[in-house]
Amino acid sequence: MNARAFTLALVTSCLYAAALPAIDTTELPDPVLQERYETLTHELRCMQCQNQSIADSPVGLAADLRREVADQLMAGKTDAEIRDYMAARYGDFILFRPRLSARTAWLWALPGVLLLAGGVIAWRIVRQRSRLAANDPDFNADDPER
Amino acid sequence: MNRFLLPLAAFALVAIVLGVGIRNVDTKGVVASPLIGRAAPAFVLPNLLDPEAPFDSRSMAGRWYALNVWGTWCVECRVEHGTLVAARQAGQLPIIGLNWKDDGASAIAWLAQLGDPYEATAVDAEGRVAIDFGVYGAPETFLIDPQGVVVHKHIGPLSTEVWERDFVARAAAK
Repeated sequence: MNARAFTLALVTSCLYAAALPAIDTTELPDPVLQERYETLTHELRCMQCQNQSIADSPVGLAADLRREVADQLMAGKTDAEIRDYMAARYGDFILFRPRLSARTAWLWALPGVLLLAGGVIAWRIVRQRSRLAANDPDFNADDPER
Repeated sequence: MNRFLLPLAAFALVAIVLGVGIRNVDTKGVVASPLIGRAAPAFVLPNLLDPEAPFDSRSMAGRWYALNVWGTWCVECRVEHGTLVAARQAGQLPIIGLNWKDDGASAIAWLAQLGDPYEATAVDAEGRVAIDFGVYGAPETFLIDPQGVVVHKHIGPLSTEVWERDFVARAAAK
């Protein structure tokens, strides 16, 4: 394939992708609600496909759950109430952002603990090296490479 | 000794994590229901075979029963259907059907053709009751006790063995 044909194919495929119909075409009358709707539907897991959010999934249950989110937003429910509603029925697994609880505490604490552990190890290595260097009679501070 | 300690600990950690993963491989993708031990959602829905008499879940109070979520579009439901029909013939435990997002005429034809294992079939055309039960893929079957509490949930087709062990035996034990 020559360069021109390749470019043409590339451009055509991009146009095609842009022309694919969106899965979710829900439009709420209020732009603020619409924004909350989009955030929420991207945070809720499609239980049938499990690695997609309900906003991205074409399956029937995802559409039902989107309708539920839209209805509850229109009824004036808060984001937290809607998340609780979903978690009460489908478990915490439906939330892509796990909530802080006794079971998930380690999940949230782990990055901090690992960072701290790494810091301690690095500090000990540095201290050990500098002590070795100080005790080495051949060590020349002006030329550490020697 | 000391220089082997850290790699050994790291290896043990990886081994434990992978070991737990292998042990849980059967239940991978199966989500435990938060409904277990809680009151089953109450509902009133049209009755598939008797449009005059809506099905009210409160009519089951005082009895053990199984709630089976199914649809004619669901291939696995056909797989378990024989188990359910046999269970009804044995009279072990009443089964209520929840016909989930289905076409009414197809559902009636399905029961006429394959046999009707259900004491009543509630029609959940919009899928709202299924959401209340946290249903995410048919077939799913709930065991509900005389106080209306969800005791057990099975996801996927029921075999006679699973039916006897997880439903009939549990209902008989208490």
